[in-house]
Amino acid sequence: MADNKDNNSGVIKGPGWILTKLEWLINWGRKRSPWPFPYGTACCGIEMMATLASGYDMARFGAERVSFSPRQADILLEAGTITKKMVPVLRRIYDQMAEPKWVIAMGACACSGGVFRSYSTLQGIDKVIPVDVYIPGCPPRPEGLLYGLLKIIERIEKDHPLYKEAMKFKESEGGRICNF
Amino acid sequence: MQLLERIKGCLGGLIIDISEFHGDIAVEVDRFKIVEALTRLRDDESLSMNFLSDLFGLDNKAFYEKPKKKAKKGDAEGEEEEKPKELPPRFEVVYLLLSLKTNERMMVKIRVPEDDLEVSSVTSLYKAATWPEREAFDMFGIRFKGHPNLKRLLMWDDFPAYPLRKDYPLEGRGEERSLVYGD
Ligand code: SF4
Repeated sequence: MADNKDNNSGVIKGPGWILTKLEWLINWGRKRSPWPFPYGTACCGIEMMATLASGYDMARFGAERVSFSPRQADILLEAGTITKKMVPVLRRIYDQMAEPKWVIAMGACACSGGVFRSYSTLQGIDKVIPVDVYIPGCPPRPEGLLYGLLKIIERIEKDHPLYKEAMKFKESEGGRICNF
Repeated sequence: MQLLERIKGCLGGLIIDISEFHGDIAVEVDRFKIVEALTRLRDDESLSMNFLSDLFGLDNKAFYEKPKKKAKKGDAEGEEEEKPKELPPRFEVVYLLLSLKTNERMMVKIRVPEDDLEVSSVTSLYKAATWPEREAFDMFGIRFKGHPNLKRLLMWDDFPAYPLRKDYPLEGRGEERSLVYGD
């Protein structure tokens, strides 16, 4: 890039190359638009709404648009109590989300069942779906949720999407044939 | 006239027991006569209890059995022969009524024994009874004859127990295992 640059004006002449890792570029794009699917089932949902609204403004960190369709969401933001009757719904929504996907368990209820240690409540959503970030509290403060979102973003930064794909291909039949 | 007198005049011989506690009036009637009693209370000119604010089941098992256990601990050897007192029926169904005309409230209850859990539904009198009756069925297993759609309200359909009964453990018996996750 340096060769093409006129030192005096700062204007790029010529083709203007950028050299980077494709993985870095993918992660850069992903971490700046983690659209959440708001799954607010109880009181924690109210706190989630407060975080999304203008006071705390979760959009600052790229969660610009809450996606009400699981197919366009990146993060399942599970805020609230999950009853055992609702488990198939939660599981189905998780399955409908396209890869890559992350899950935030917000609040004591989503993490462990919370105060509802009873026959009707699921004792932690990690019994049915994998969870990336647990946020304790009953309910957690909006700062807590923002911190959780930043943790997810950190996680996305450290991800190796292409390497993972390559490993998957290596283990598949096609990978064995071409001796990858 | 006082509410108590008016209720007595309206129900007459249907009353098994009537009591007043801090201004709340509770009437017990026979479980086979509940529809008749509620019809009278609703249609009576001076009462017109035309609003059913709630209906729920009640399990008295723990309440009845506690004093029995205490007595056993006290004298472990001696008076075991003593005849156990006959317990009143285990379940109750309670109807909370409100009169929108006079703004007065009252409570009607019936007792339901464990071995015959059938009660006639009052959905023909009060539309509001449909969901509470389903809830009482869901939680206690009390069946309401004549209910248009008697199935579980809160738990899933093939849940195998009645969770608000006193002999059901709070944390359940692991019923979620019978749930099918996904398809
Ligand atoms: S953790 Fe607390 S605030 Fe959140 S859903 Fe559970 S009970 Fe409500």
